[in-house]
Amino acid sequence: MISDQFPALIIVFPLVTAFFINIVGWWWKRPCFYMSMLALSVSFISAVGILNTVVSAGTIHYRLGGWEPPWGIEYVVDHLNALMLVIVSFVGLVVGIYSKRDIEKEMPEKIPQFYTIYTFLVMGLLGITVTGDAFNLYVLLEIASLAGYALIAMGEDGAPLASFNYVIMGTIGACFYLLGVGYLYIVTGSLNMADLSQLLPNLYHSKAVLVAFAFLMVGVAIKMAFFPLHGWLPDAYTHAPSAVSAFVAATMTKVGAYVMIRVMLTIFKPYFSIEMLPATTILGWIAAAAMIYGTVLAIAQEDLKRMLCYIIIAEVGYIVMGVSIGNRMGFTGAVLHIMNDAFMMACLFLVVGAVYYKTEARTIDEYKALFKKMPLSSGSFAIGALSVIGIPPTCGFFSKWYLVLGAIHARQWVFAAALLMSSLLSAVVFFRVLQNIFFAPPESAHAHESETHVEVKRDEAPVSMLIPIFITVAGILLLGVFSGQIISTIIQYTVPEGF
Amino acid sequence: MLGFYAIIGKRNLVKKLLGLNIFQWAIILYYVSIASKKGGANIPIVTGAHGHYEPAQAIQFLNPLPHCLMLTAIVVGVSTTGVALALIIMIHRRYKTLEEDEILESLEAFKK
Amino acid sequence: MIILMEDIIIKTLCRFLIPFIQLFGLYVIAHGHGSPGGGFQGGCILAASFVLILIAFDLAEAKKRFSEKLNNFFNSFGVLIYTWTGWMCLLLGGNYLDYGRLSKILPVDPVQARYYGVFAVEVGVGITVMAVMVSIFLDLITGGKHEEASE
Repeated sequence: MISDQFPALIIVFPLVTAFFINIVGWWWKRPCFYMSMLALSVSFISAVGILNTVVSAGTIHYRLGGWEPPWGIEYVVDHLNALMLVIVSFVGLVVGIYSKRDIEKEMPEKIPQFYTIYTFLVMGLLGITVTGDAFNLYVLLEIASLAGYALIAMGEDGAPLASFNYVIMGTIGACFYLLGVGYLYIVTGSLNMADLSQLLPNLYHSKAVLVAFAFLMVGVAIKMAFFPLHGWLPDAYTHAPSAVSAFVAATMTKVGAYVMIRVMLTIFKPYFSIEMLPATTILGWIAAAAMIYGTVLAIAQEDLKRMLCYIIIAEVGYIVMGVSIGNRMGFTGAVLHIMNDAFMMACLFLVVGAVYYKTEARTIDEYKALFKKMPLSSGSFAIGALSVIGIPPTCGFFSKWYLVLGAIHARQWVFAAALLMSSLLSAVVFFRVLQNIFFAPPESAHAHESETHVEVKRDEAPVSMLIPIFITVAGILLLGVFSGQIISTIIQYTVPEGF
Repeated sequence: MLGFYAIIGKRNLVKKLLGLNIFQWAIILYYVSIASKKGGANIPIVTGAHGHYEPAQAIQFLNPLPHCLMLTAIVVGVSTTGVALALIIMIHRRYKTLEEDEILESLEAFKK
Repeated sequence: MIILMEDIIIKTLCRFLIPFIQLFGLYVIAHGHGSPGGGFQGGCILAASFVLILIAFDLAEAKKRFSEKLNNFFNSFGVLIYTWTGWMCLLLGGNYLDYGRLSKILPVDPVQARYYGVFAVEVGVGITVMAVMVSIFLDLITGGKHEEASE
């Protein structure tokens, strides 16, 4: 019976715990971390339980308050949802474990507040993924965004300004989304997503619906950092604390992409998005531009975190391209890429954070000879980099494979070319860093000019940081090897009919 | 649209924030205006409810659902404004100014 | 000296008005279902009464009546009332926030129980809104440094 309540449990437990952390944090600081981890573990277990149920039994409908839709708020979990729930809760848990040491060093007096807001952020993202009601999604989107603004602002120097820019752009995006939902409400009188998808087909020709679609897409694009509305992302993620960067980089944009998929394919039936409007064509071209732009600008960066931020912009381009291609393979590639990218970005950002924790190194120059000092972290970075470039057996290879195959099947040669070119460019980006890490001679601050061989001490990152990094690396490799199975059991059912 | 212009066009951070506020309130007002019905519907308050119970007809009351949704949106807007104000205070404390160009200049100088 | 006299007028008036404002706030929370009002509105009015103390009197005076720790506690307490009501429904066998199930512990029929459920939720919301509004105001005034007694 308890498994019936998983969809509510996955959100309510972190919600309650976040407030408990707030109260308890006034007296004792130590329990905060453990309470947060407990809540996230419960969420993760619920997510896995939901995935199990969905795979065996089909879509779950959970009615909040027992009210039937469209009067009540309904949580609908199908395969796409369930997969995203597992991803988000898993990354939340893993980064949470990592954050213990990191936060203790960076902001020791704000520990309870950090964990309260962090739990809120994970809860908000999980809520966005689980809900089947368009307005509920807006509320949870804003919860997650507000938590994100606060967490990012806790970082170092440029953080408040970067967070302020993010506040403005993010709120505009959310307001656009709200406006879109409002238009849909006027013409249909319903807010439930499944209901909307049935009521809307009669109204596809009305101007209000078209405007609603435009507003929804722009709003989601801002939240997702889709080129050219990505301006807030590099500043915000670079200046945030390391654990925060890792988590939001891995999940927030992906959840945004999930919302876009929901809007395009569930609320508006597929043939609307593809045949009636040239929406997917437009999106495809912009996505191609995003991929190239992201990787080219990544080459130009010196700061490692900023470089990774531009890679994220390119990755979002991949996902949108996969959706816009419009056939089975492309869509499979897009969903697979959502999952893989979460792990890849988590791994890369965690390593960068660990290196920063130990050595205060931020730019590529300062990463010289990291291999000698922190071999395990360097190895993890290498695997993450290989995955972004797309080399087997890492998971990145499989998602890019599907994306390219999909583009070729759809005879979109330009898109396929763009995909391949941006992979090559990302190889350039990462090989620069890898060369510095593994092959460059070490420099030290007190250079002994007479000695050519400087002794570098092995000073590896602490274990509580290494374990999450290893988990993500293992995830990258396992997801790659098992991607066939994952596709056949889960992703296959996420592709909407008509593709 | 006015709010949108203010967000982009103004240099001072506080004015940007006010633009954001105008933007959000415009949307809220828009939703509330959806709720009215033709023929002059009234607000859904049952008069004389203590005593005799007269069955209320839904047609004479205007649609209250957008009002509830907008209540939530107002709360969200207030929280966002609160967070943004807190950020502005932090920025002011750090840079002693609230003009965007001056902050960017000092940021550049700091980075180099 | 003129300033001192004006101060006395404001202080006396506030001392007189604040209990009424709070009573009105509670009234608005409780009658949310029938007349304009509800949790959020009533909470704002309650918060306004505390802000009035802050404006009329010193920051230290307001601190004596409503300390920061208490504020923080009320922040979470209201939400916990809300979610606890939902949890009770969960534990009693329904879905989350399915107030009809509350009739198992309260001696009323399911429809009435929904009414009481909504009421409990409104109270929770009101408490939280009040605490949050006051803490936002405090933070913005003092700029984060709560030890200084400004004004």
